[in-house]
Amino acid sequence: MLEKALRGNKSYFAWIGFLLILVGMGFGFYLRQLGFGLGVTGMSRDVSWGLYIGQFTFLVGVAASAVMLVLPYYLHNYKVFGKITILGEFLAVAAVTMCLSFIVVDLGRPDRAFNVLLYPTPNSVLFWDMVVLNGYLFLNIFVGWTVLEAEAKSVPPPKWIKPFIYLSIPWAVSIHTVTAFLYAGLPGRGFWLSAIMAPRFLGSAFAAGPALLILICLFLRKYTKFDAGWEAIQSLAKIVTYAMILSVFFVLCELFTVFYSQIPEHMYHFLYLFVGLHGHTGMMPWMWASTILAAIALIVLINPKTRNSPGTLAIGCAAVFFSLWIEKGITLVITGYIPSPLETITEYHPTLTEIGIVVGVWALGFLIMSVLYKVALTVKTESA
Amino acid sequence: MDDTRRSFLKIAGLSMLGFGAKPVVDAVAGAGGPKFEKDPKAFNGKRWAMVVDQQKCLKAKDGCKDCVLACNSAHNIPSFNNPKDEIKWIWQTSFEHAFPGQENPYINDYIKTSLKGLPFLVLCNHCDNPPCVRVCPVQATFRRPDGIVAMDYHRCIGCRFCMAACPYGARNLNWSDPRPFIKKENPEYPTRTRGVVEKCNFCSELLAVGKLPACVEACKEKALVFGDLEDPNSEVRELLRTRPTIQRKPQLGTRPQIYYIL
Repeated sequence: MLEKALRGNKSYFAWIGFLLILVGMGFGFYLRQLGFGLGVTGMSRDVSWGLYIGQFTFLVGVAASAVMLVLPYYLHNYKVFGKITILGEFLAVAAVTMCLSFIVVDLGRPDRAFNVLLYPTPNSVLFWDMVVLNGYLFLNIFVGWTVLEAEAKSVPPPKWIKPFIYLSIPWAVSIHTVTAFLYAGLPGRGFWLSAIMAPRFLGSAFAAGPALLILICLFLRKYTKFDAGWEAIQSLAKIVTYAMILSVFFVLCELFTVFYSQIPEHMYHFLYLFVGLHGHTGMMPWMWASTILAAIALIVLINPKTRNSPGTLAIGCAAVFFSLWIEKGITLVITGYIPSPLETITEYHPTLTEIGIVVGVWALGFLIMSVLYKVALTVKTESA
Repeated sequence: MDDTRRSFLKIAGLSMLGFGAKPVVDAVAGAGGPKFEKDPKAFNGKRWAMVVDQQKCLKAKDGCKDCVLACNSAHNIPSFNNPKDEIKWIWQTSFEHAFPGQENPYINDYIKTSLKGLPFLVLCNHCDNPPCVRVCPVQATFRRPDGIVAMDYHRCIGCRFCMAACPYGARNLNWSDPRPFIKKENPEYPTRTRGVVEKCNFCSELLAVGKLPACVEACKEKALVFGDLEDPNSEVRELLRTRPTIQRKPQLGTRPQIYYIL
């Protein structure tokens, strides 16, 4: 089936070529990092995780969101999602691949990455994250491909695939829960030490992932022959709306606990984030941008009129996506380190090399997504 | 019938071969632990700990950094001269950074007047319940039976989960190749490669040959006292019995093993 990705019009190949250039550029920057060490990044002794781990965290959410299509379609037989469930699964494949790439580029000794398999350590959450992410990648490739192949041959999907589909549902929840546990179980980091971390991660995941899918569906509707169906897009929009409301609510829960209890080591991080701490305001513009985007998103999405019109829906979804990208991809990880456990403040500024690598990995993800979508959409339009 | 007897003999034969191979396997990759003799001079502590006596530190000359310098040269610690890449195993900091949350205006006064605003020494706490060990995905950092939280530089993948987990900021990554930045190399201790984490090891390499940690040895005022907590007659136990001490962030349940006398 993969050969279907080799045929396409000029703009398809221009897009693939563009992504390949970005991937190549990112790889070039990565070679620089490989040669010198992680010192080429903006990370430091105090802020020892940065953009890479932030992107990883955000993308785990995007990956997990496939379940928002799989669950209604397969568990509740919600036929409207029939056409786009595969898009969710393939988006998950691309997102998990990006996650794994971000982990690898973040390692100080990537040559030793396989030590995680050589010395399996069940008490480490990172070990479990490796297990669930790779498992999820396998499940989505396997399920997506098998179902699509059946469709290409105009036969119903084989019965034995069902258990894998059902397994992928709790598995999606597990990847984001385990990722939240990376943070939520560390005694010295007040910013992350919160029981609501995992629910918050899931809330934002189920908003950001489907929001991206809506944007993709709107794009495909406008520029290709593939139409996901307005009802499907509307159902997704409702999912995004509720998930975004929950996500904001969870953040407000955090703010209440932190500012009503007024425990300094929890409060300092939030102060740094929203108003700055001891004159350091590095995260402030980002956090306010995220907050404003979240407000715009809620206004646009809660109002049925604006949610039902493609133009404003696209604005709402873009606002959701970028608001949560800032929240999880940038502020959540970095603010955990500011102030440090010794209550010193070292700010973090990513370097050009670091940003180049981030762009390269994103381009790799979009490349995988584009190729898989090309295959899926060709099958869908041919069989229709 | 014949068939079953034949297969039985085959299996039995193979099993015997297996038993025969055991000594060979043991010799090459035996599970009986390391086959070398300990240095007879080695210190055999059951639970190493340290007491930092800030009162004695008072008597030192102004700006004394003997302990820090001794550690740096004993462990080939590079000097990058910038806080971003900095590597430090033991260092000096002010009270509010060493003991955040425990400062108050009066203790700050006490530190200014009675302790002459002396900096506090901070290092790895060799916790009894170390979060860094809990999170390491490859067991590159581990707790030895004598309580030392040690590092395997050859196994560390540089994921820095331990740096996120340590509530004392005791851990360092080699953000780039440290070797060009080592002032004078000490051949008695390995240098590290870029991309691995390192931290204070309580000078386990010196304890193994019957020497005290470099910082303890370097302090002319004997402000750093190192010893075995399990030995009721040790100097650390004597100090803990007779002087009030505090620990860094004991409320986190890490059970830190560096004790401070103010």
